[in-house]
Amino acid sequence: MSDQHRQAFKEEAYELLAELETSLLELEEAPDDMEVIGRVFRAMHTIKGSGAMFGFDDIAAFTHEVETVFDQVRNGKIAVTKNLINLTLAARDRIKAMLDASDGGGVADEAYDAEIIAGLKKLLPETDGGKSGTASVPESPLPATDLSQDDVTYRIRFTPVSDIFLNGTNPVSLLNELRQLGNCRIVAQTCAIPKLADLEPESCYVYWDIILTTSVGKNAIMDVFIFVEDDCDLKIDVIDDGGRLDTEANYKKLGEILVERGDLTSSSMGAILSQQKRFGEIAIESGLVEPDKVQSALVEQQHVKEIRQERQTQDSVSSIRVPSDKLDILVNLVGELVTVQARLSETSAGRKDPELLSIAEEVERLTTELRDNALNIRMLPIGTTFSKFKRLVRDLSLELGKEIEMTTDGAETELDKTVIERLNDPLVHLIRNSIDHGIESPDVRESTGKPRQGTVHLSAVHSGDSVLITINDDGAGLNKEAIRAKAVEKGLVTATAELSEKEIFSLIFAPGFSTAQKVTSVSGRGVGMDVVKQAIELLRGSININSQPGVGTTITVRIPLTLAIIESLLVKIGSDCFVMPLSLVEECVELTNADVQKAHGRHIANVRGQIVPYIPLRERFRIKENAPSIEQIVITQVNNQRVGFVVDHVIGEHQTVIKSLGRAYRDVKGLSGATILGDGSVALILDIPQLLHSVEMEERAA
Amino acid sequence: MGKVIMTADDSASVRQMVSFTLKQSGYEVVEAVDGKDALQKLSGQKVDMLITDLNMPNLDGIGLIKGARAIPTCKFIPIVMLTTESQDGKKQEGKAAGATGWIVKPFKPDQLLAVVKKVLG
Repeated sequence: MSDQHRQAFKEEAYELLAELETSLLELEEAPDDMEVIGRVFRAMHTIKGSGAMFGFDDIAAFTHEVETVFDQVRNGKIAVTKNLINLTLAARDRIKAMLDASDGGGVADEAYDAEIIAGLKKLLPETDGGKSGTASVPESPLPATDLSQDDVTYRIRFTPVSDIFLNGTNPVSLLNELRQLGNCRIVAQTCAIPKLADLEPESCYVYWDIILTTSVGKNAIMDVFIFVEDDCDLKIDVIDDGGRLDTEANYKKLGEILVERGDLTSSSMGAILSQQKRFGEIAIESGLVEPDKVQSALVEQQHVKEIRQERQTQDSVSSIRVPSDKLDILVNLVGELVTVQARLSETSAGRKDPELLSIAEEVERLTTELRDNALNIRMLPIGTTFSKFKRLVRDLSLELGKEIEMTTDGAETELDKTVIERLNDPLVHLIRNSIDHGIESPDVRESTGKPRQGTVHLSAVHSGDSVLITINDDGAGLNKEAIRAKAVEKGLVTATAELSEKEIFSLIFAPGFSTAQKVTSVSGRGVGMDVVKQAIELLRGSININSQPGVGTTITVRIPLTLAIIESLLVKIGSDCFVMPLSLVEECVELTNADVQKAHGRHIANVRGQIVPYIPLRERFRIKENAPSIEQIVITQVNNQRVGFVVDHVIGEHQTVIKSLGRAYRDVKGLSGATILGDGSVALILDIPQLLHSVEMEERAA
Repeated sequence: MGKVIMTADDSASVRQMVSFTLKQSGYEVVEAVDGKDALQKLSGQKVDMLITDLNMPNLDGIGLIKGARAIPTCKFIPIVMLTTESQDGKKQEGKAAGATGWIVKPFKPDQLLAVVKKVLG
């Protein structure tokens, strides 16, 4: 309670005490004046009530005794005597002394207080003499917090009296209050509503059945109805005790519920049960119970079933910790199994044995399921990494004197554990860049009309077989001119080159590129973005930049869900098979000798009027055999450009279990791994972005 | 616009405390110094809720509740009375007169707000 309120009370109390004195003296003259008696009582009453409220407990307790006596005087049980006036005047002086004492003056004199009180008590009639209540035990209409932790389910029937509205009570707000206590279902029973002509608009004809699951205890529920206790019929029964006794998921039968509620007699229930139909239907048909009541009982049944089921699942949900290398072994084994299954399918297809075929199909189905499940086990929500970044943002913005808030989205998105681990460093780098280069200092932001606090938003979302991670800042955006000038200075592009926005943005991924004016501890050494790009491509992902000056930059990283097994396209050149990740493939078109001649030796194909450059893999891999007259171009989408790869044949989709090439071949450009095909032969997995890159480098050199 | 609550109390300190607490929570407050004053103000202005003390000069709380319920705009509004523990009989009398609920003195601002929220919905 603030001092301001205490001061207001004291001023008021002094006034009241002065008035009390006058009134008492008046009373001495005219002992029967009821109006004066009332004034004395009210003064006492106010001092007591307000005193307790503003923390003057001693005054409240003391005044209470005096008030009690005057209550009796008011009721005509005690006569006003000289003694009473004397005692009351003495009491008034004590109250004033106590008020003074609260300012640090005066001394409490408990013996004197007790003497006055004893004197007053003597005046009370015998029956009331001993019943001097202790002052102010605060009774609170607030819901009492019961400490029972189990959720208990109650059945509440709340039947207000019909004139409940006349007391200013709104039953709906009571029901809303119940809803806040826990999981709650309410059924309004409307069977008592009369025809419109007979309807009294100021009366309440509805009653409610409420099923409530809560941990607050029965008293808290009663407290909701504290003001209407006398104006309603309230029945509260425990129908589920939180699983202390029974754990059966099945709840009582409909008939039993109705009988328990008193809506149906048990003999009627027997009669209904003897017919062999659904209980509720018969009960309604026979007119023994109103449909509303049956509906309400059904709701109860449903509610309890649900909470019991929930409890059971909670009981059984548990997890085991497994070292991740065990999972790696499992995934490896599944990989082997996928390979063997492919062989089985191929062999059985050649045998024309229906029995073998059906077994092979069964094995295929199970293998696919097993594969999905095994890979799923390795999936982790990306959220753990996100929270690490929050800390990073906090520390960095402090260091750089910027005000930055980080928001995240999609923390529950799941990714392969290995992918998440390997994604950490690139993401850290990207976020650092956003903070260091992207978001301006608070003063600069303010001068451009932005809020002082910058925002970095990190989000993850599933998209097909990949996860899209976007880092979005509301900073200055990329400076195209600066990037271009820098690239020219570093000799990455010629000064006259015409570059699209996309091409300029992609320059920042070039090795050795950095536009930061000064080197900070955070970024700006120019080892950033090219390393980020490499790391993401190693994960078979891609990265994309979008930026608007003054508005901000969005970097989107697309990462495949898993590293172990991918969907891919199996192609053939000569006698060798190759595998291309299906996520990059857009379409396949034919390439005839005539097409090649039309292009006059340039590696360009016309696909529905669009020019698509292609890379003849036969030449690139120096495969000597002769090409067939009609070749195939597999058109892929890499770094937002369409590029074709020419192969002899497209065999079809393939489940590829990725095997690493081993240390000796680790540095081979253009291959990301190998896989074993159904017939036991090995197919190499093409690293499409890398292939494209090396061809581009050669072109540039030439 | 916030809901309008009238506090009728002859104690200025209680009125001040009630008014201060409610205003802080976004309610508008009309103060009345006793039952008579309250009734006069109620007939001139629509309020959404009434908080009244029981012991007041001129017209006490019970009289005010009865009078308020007779005013058409006040027929269904929540009326909360301030009582002390020594007035249990008054509680019943108040309810019979048409009070919605009660707050026992002494009370804390939080308790007042809880009750206001409870009856005002």
